[in-house]
Amino acid sequence: MIVKTVISIIAYLVLAPLLGGLLAGLERKLSAKMQRRVGPPVLQPFYDVFKLFEKERMAPTRFQDFYVLIFVVFVIASGVIFFAGGDLLLVIFTLTVATAFLIVAAYSSNSPYAEVGAERELLAMMAYEPMVLLTVIGFYMYQGSFNVRDILGSDTMAFLPMIGLFIGWIFILTLKFRKSPFDLSMSHHAHQELVRGLTTEFIGRTMGFVEISHWYENVFLLGFVFLFFANGTAWGWVIGIVVAIAAYFVEVYIDNCFARMKWQFAFKSSWIIAVVLGMINVFVLYLCF
Amino acid sequence: MSAYVTKSPWVVHYDGSSCNGCDIEVLACLTPMYDVERFGIINCGNPKHADVFLVTGSVNEQNKGIVKQIYEQMPEPKVVVAVGICACSGGIFKDCYNVLGGVDQVIPVDAYVPGCAARPEAIIDAVVKGLGVLQAKRDAMVNKLEVPAEEAAEEPAEAAEEAVEEPAEAVEEATEVVEEGGKE
Amino acid sequence: MGTICFLIFFPMVIAFILLIAKADKARDVIVIASSIIIAAMSIVVAIQFARGGSEFFSFNGEIVNYIMMVIEAGLCIYIIITACKHKKWLAAIFAIIQTPLVMWFELTKGHHIEVESNMYIDRLSIIMILIIGIIGTLICIYALGYMKDFQHHEPKGAKDRRPWFFFVMFLFLGAMCGLVTSNNMIWMYFFWEITSLSSFWLIGYTKTEEATNNAFRALIMNLLGGLGFAVGIVILGTVFQTVELSTMLLVGSVYGDLVAIPAAFFAFAGITKAAQMPFNSWLLGAMVAPTPTSALLHSSTMVKAGVFLVIKLAPVLGMNNFAGIMVMMVGGITFLFASCAAISQVNAKRVLAYSTIANLGLIVACGGVGSAGAVWAGIMLIIFHAITKSLLFLCVGTAEHHIGSRMIEDMDGLFNRMPKLAMCMIIGIAGMFIAPFGMLISKWACMVSFVDSGNILLIGCICFGSAVTAFYWLKWMGKLTAVVAGEESIETGVHKTESAVHFILVALVILVCLIFPLISSYMLVPYLEVVFGGLSGGIMSSGNMTIMVIMIAVLVLLAAMFFGKSKKKQVPIYLAGANTGDNRTYYGSMQKEYEFTLRNWHMEKYFGEHKMNVVGDILCIAMLVIGIGYMVATLVSLLGGVA
Repeated sequence: MIVKTVISIIAYLVLAPLLGGLLAGLERKLSAKMQRRVGPPVLQPFYDVFKLFEKERMAPTRFQDFYVLIFVVFVIASGVIFFAGGDLLLVIFTLTVATAFLIVAAYSSNSPYAEVGAERELLAMMAYEPMVLLTVIGFYMYQGSFNVRDILGSDTMAFLPMIGLFIGWIFILTLKFRKSPFDLSMSHHAHQELVRGLTTEFIGRTMGFVEISHWYENVFLLGFVFLFFANGTAWGWVIGIVVAIAAYFVEVYIDNCFARMKWQFAFKSSWIIAVVLGMINVFVLYLCF
Repeated sequence: MSAYVTKSPWVVHYDGSSCNGCDIEVLACLTPMYDVERFGIINCGNPKHADVFLVTGSVNEQNKGIVKQIYEQMPEPKVVVAVGICACSGGIFKDCYNVLGGVDQVIPVDAYVPGCAARPEAIIDAVVKGLGVLQAKRDAMVNKLEVPAEEAAEEPAEAAEEAVEEPAEAVEEATEVVEEGGKE
Repeated sequence: MGTICFLIFFPMVIAFILLIAKADKARDVIVIASSIIIAAMSIVVAIQFARGGSEFFSFNGEIVNYIMMVIEAGLCIYIIITACKHKKWLAAIFAIIQTPLVMWFELTKGHHIEVESNMYIDRLSIIMILIIGIIGTLICIYALGYMKDFQHHEPKGAKDRRPWFFFVMFLFLGAMCGLVTSNNMIWMYFFWEITSLSSFWLIGYTKTEEATNNAFRALIMNLLGGLGFAVGIVILGTVFQTVELSTMLLVGSVYGDLVAIPAAFFAFAGITKAAQMPFNSWLLGAMVAPTPTSALLHSSTMVKAGVFLVIKLAPVLGMNNFAGIMVMMVGGITFLFASCAAISQVNAKRVLAYSTIANLGLIVACGGVGSAGAVWAGIMLIIFHAITKSLLFLCVGTAEHHIGSRMIEDMDGLFNRMPKLAMCMIIGIAGMFIAPFGMLISKWACMVSFVDSGNILLIGCICFGSAVTAFYWLKWMGKLTAVVAGEESIETGVHKTESAVHFILVALVILVCLIFPLISSYMLVPYLEVVFGGLSGGIMSSGNMTIMVIMIAVLVLLAAMFFGKSKKKQVPIYLAGANTGDNRTYYGSMQKEYEFTLRNWHMEKYFGEHKMNVVGDILCIAMLVIGIGYMVATLVSLLGGVA
């Protein structure tokens, strides 16, 4: 039991950044193909991050590093708790701390671009948080436990009874991944009205750490998608992994098909979806289970 | 070892006082036709993330401070590419009362792309040439890092100046590139 | 027994001494010395009774009842006279109804009711006493320095009314200690009225028109609550032939639906005092008072009395009756809408006030849910909220005196101007909403117990409310952490007492987070076992508690090791290449220099204060009318059936 937990933690720590980086590379390749370009090598995200570590060490304030450090530590911690089979609510709260510190790191520079990015990230957080919490509560209502371990071990698949929450989760993944149409706070593309938004003042290796943390975060968010399908059987695992990866590319597809929307739309639509799909689904779960 | 900076040069583009001819060519590089992302090049628009500084248009009294500041805000290693004849020397505006001349009047330039407007192929080639400079600067940084940290902080700047190629030479090379491009 | 009486009477004696002592020096000495004594005494009480758990004291004496009655009558007359003088007829009417009602009851029916024990102490009372004894007195110490500055800012020749201020503060502490240890509801009612009146005096301290109006609003709403309390006592005494809280809860465990009737009225009193919607306006109005008043009202006294009562009633409310549903819905709705309203606020004290209202909403909802897990969460919330909120209020108070404003937007660069204060505030804010700090731990437990209660609307309230909470705290925290270049430190003028209190509270915030598993297992779990007769789960697992403690330890450790220790080259921020070099101005057109400032996002259109209050009020009034109406109808049919 403990050995298994330790193995999955180590596997997460080592493989998540590799997988996350690879997914990011494939994403860029896919985007390029959709735009009839050749696109960068699949390993490009790794080159980018390694390059960032080669750059000169600079920072706008003495305090930014600390906030980013907390962000990195807590993002990784949330994934570790998740893959160690811990409590889903704890996972979500840990991730919230991480995001909070990323936002604070952006604020700390007092740069207008970073601040606008930070405020938009805050808005995104407010937009997706209800749906995230409802999803977790849905798992609890259906599977009777907040623990990932118990959910994985159960013999039923949560996907169909929780289909509303699943759709809602896919919807907010766009916000979480910061993809168009909701790439409000920062973007990997050439939208530049905010320069680089949230990350404007992260220089060199700081930015590198932020990128790596995002890989960790992405893998862990996809783990959530996986959780909708996982049950005791091997089939559950296979379907889960396939759907999780498919979900990522659906997000990439959406990313390429939409222009950026205004924050009002991001906010309203997420809350409406949380109320309509999330609340109703949770209510149905309450009635049935 | 080849530095990763050569595999992922991120670009910040500044329009000095260009007529937008060169700017359009810079943006053309990003289109599917030229697809600079093949080389890992991204137009990131933020000097703090950028490795390559593309300047179009000449430098004048109004913008020399800005050009200087953007350059200073880029972390080492970094290269500057002057795109278009105005950026190289001031071009036809050279004698205007307010024009100082090429970008090299304000900051050290590593590669020159002549032309009015500069062709995308030439711009790409200049950036790729800039990668050599980036590699050299990175090597210099690595070597200096073995010396105590305090000194190292000051020296990249010096190294940068050393690494600057002779402008004339660069112009020649770049011209060749343009010619090659023209023959296509 | 003696120690508890000491805690009730000693502050009151000190209060009278402070009324006489006019000199600054003398007041400093008396306040600090007596605060230390009270804090020490509350710890002694905690140690004395923690082992045994609950203990009841008969403390009989007809004479005490008569003294209380006389004082009550005096207070009633005082309220009527003051209210008439200010033409606040409503206050007078409420006073005229309720005090005679209680006195009539006491003299006729109440006289025959045998009261076995008038006072008691259990682990919840111990926790409350610790909060009152430690946090309350810290606020009093803080007030010493603050009130000096406050007096200094007053117009010349203004009367120095500080003896009165400190008199009321200490009176308040004494009354609170009495309130949390009274088993006889009539006694509790007596202390209840004293706290109402004390808050009236404190809010109206400045005697400006606004202050007087707001003070009367607070008084009217609390008297309305007091009226509910009085009706509750009468029903309890008439129908159940008892005025004891313990008996009521005991009967309630069998006849939940019947006891729910008086419980609903008591809970109504608790709801008014805890400033739930639609009664939240009194707490917002209270912001006109000097900041220590706000800190005292919000953290250790007054509103905590309201939630204390609701939490006490939890076993009855949790029996799936209408009173419970009413209470949990009022709490949940208040949490959601007060959190939303906080977004649109620019005034730091109002943000804090709305946050208090919201958190009290959570506690009230926990009481309404009434399961062991919910009560665990509610008590944890009381503890963490008391410490964190007092810290935040006291920080804002100090900031206000030094930067001359209580607006969040004026706190630009506070990180440079008042580094220590800003750090305290940041820790306080972090303590309010993010893991691994206390408030989040309790919110987590709340969420679990709400889910277990199966009330979907309540789940919705907490999900959306939490998201909103993070928004308004983080934007404030962002403003504080922003390093604005070129600001000089102006921190030298802060009174030593003020900064000492800040540091103690910061230490407490972190300490309590570190030892909360111990609080849980030595105080809360035994308490819940007594009240609920065993735990059916719903309390955080020990594994999760350990992870939380590890997280806070890691956070503190990393902060100690890395905070501000970066050796990287400092570079100016990006201002499109036009930064003049000082990070605050840029070259605009014609090379003119412009200074930029950054402002927070208030989303008035979505979360306008007025809109949120109207919607919240309507929903809560509906819940209260339905709940109380249902209870009255049950009572009438019950009495009709008996007759």
